[in-house]
Amino acid sequence: MSTRATIALGVALLALVTLPYWLTQIYYVNVASQILFYAIFALGVNLLLGYAGLVSLGHAGLFGIASYATAYLLAAGFGHTLSIVAALIIGLFSTAIFAALSLRTAGIGFIMITLALGEILWGLAYRWISITNGDNGISVHGRPQPFGLSLASANSFYYATLFVFLLCVIVVTIFVRSPFGAALKGTRDQPRRMTALGYHVWMIRFWACMFSGLLTCIAGILFVYYTQFISPQTVALTSSAEVVLMVISGGPATLLGPIVGAGLVVVVKSVVSGFIERWNFLLGAIFVAIVILMPEGLVPGTVRLWKLGWRKTMARRRPAVIAKTGEPAP
Amino acid sequence: MTALTVSGLRKSFGGLHVTKGVNLNVEPGERRLIIGPNGAGKTTLFNLITGELTPDDGSVKLFGEDITHTPARRRPHLGMARTYQIITLFARDTIMRNVTLALLGLSKSRWNPLMDLARQHHLTDAARQAIERVGLGHIADRPLAQTSYGERRRVEIAMALAQNPKVLLLDEPYAGLSIDERRDVHDTLLAIPRDVTIVMIEHNMDVALDFAERITLLHFGEVIVEGTRAEVVADPRTREVYLGH
Repeated sequence: MSTRATIALGVALLALVTLPYWLTQIYYVNVASQILFYAIFALGVNLLLGYAGLVSLGHAGLFGIASYATAYLLAAGFGHTLSIVAALIIGLFSTAIFAALSLRTAGIGFIMITLALGEILWGLAYRWISITNGDNGISVHGRPQPFGLSLASANSFYYATLFVFLLCVIVVTIFVRSPFGAALKGTRDQPRRMTALGYHVWMIRFWACMFSGLLTCIAGILFVYYTQFISPQTVALTSSAEVVLMVISGGPATLLGPIVGAGLVVVVKSVVSGFIERWNFLLGAIFVAIVILMPEGLVPGTVRLWKLGWRKTMARRRPAVIAKTGEPAP
Repeated sequence: MTALTVSGLRKSFGGLHVTKGVNLNVEPGERRLIIGPNGAGKTTLFNLITGELTPDDGSVKLFGEDITHTPARRRPHLGMARTYQIITLFARDTIMRNVTLALLGLSKSRWNPLMDLARQHHLTDAARQAIERVGLGHIADRPLAQTSYGERRRVEIAMALAQNPKVLLLDEPYAGLSIDERRDVHDTLLAIPRDVTIVMIEHNMDVALDFAERITLLHFGEVIVEGTRAEVVADPRTREVYLGH
């Protein structure tokens, strides 16, 4: 890693850790928590969308399964640890079924099947009233207390979310550099060639789905503890589309892209919506602007513009450098 | 034991019979050329041998082992490698990454989600070696997007060679190359050791003629002529298929 990247990473980390001290209003700390768990969600979706080339429009369903499972078990009187572990298991089991059904195809077929599965789950959340309480949703009382630390306050919940978020970022970073990550990108670019090289394309995609599902379920559990309420709206198609937009606007197949995208969407949705009534319109306009100006996403687009500016600056300096050293500039 | 045995292979797409009972026996270490005009079913034959297509009838054997129903993804592990007529590479990556992926395909660590691929020196060293074998060592770290068509053809061959195959299937390795590039590819192919059996498809007879020991002429999905280079060239049916008289 270059020195500049290390410094940038250090500054970002410092900013995140000290956030409750410079963003003193509880409201903004809560917005930051939201950005973090939506970023985990977006990282999960990006594993499929960015690295596997599989666009899922049903991930809110998986997110919802983990949220609902947690809320249901808590409401049924089970403890936090058991509810969280059970929710992860139920979520991963559902992901496996989800993957087995949708991986029969790729491309448009995959989008349509995940869309259909997501809609089925939304229908269940809405209609299976004995479990989901229908439109009224389920309320959650209390947050877990890991190692005796209460997560009731905005600040403590923020730190817990930050801890989980950083863990997820580290794991995804390792994954992307790994042989399996390289193989996954290979199945995105040349599935036919990958088969001819001896890779099991279906199985690679299946495990990518499982990893994506795990991150999605973690985000779902953080979400239900944050809002302390879950209703069918969370499982709706708009939620699935929103997280796909986070990834596309930030930059698919990058680590930072989904995080930036999550920040953008959450800030416009919760902060800007306080000032502008038609915030949906604004979000749409932002997306259109991104697609026109930086079709590759905010993060890669900014990097491209930065390098362009850098090269121009260097080009202006070049004659002086040659004159001084007698050698062409690199 | 023959390296590759194809018996009674048939394939139809709807009413179109593309492969009509092809038999082929390739000895270990042999250089076999399969020629035939457009639409003779050469690439389909390759796709049947590599398992990308399932034959309607007949069998494929690799060193005596029946692999007719072995999935395509298993066949590289048994020692079969191929190149594509239409270049099929990872366009976003460097030459190094392309060849590393070829090596990784046969390595157990391809399932490993934790280690850093760039630090797997046994893979990267072997990849660099394979790239040097095809004469691209000086541009190994160049992104594929910045390479010429001829260089990409050689990357295709490097990926196949990196897998250390027993049987190498080359699908028109000279297609679309300039005379200089053809010579480069030709030298690369001549340097492949004899423990690799090579089956090559070529549309244009002249380019690959001196490479092959035995030639099979395919026409409308059937083997018309098979024999040594001299026999096939002298055969009147070859003239008929190629020259129309």
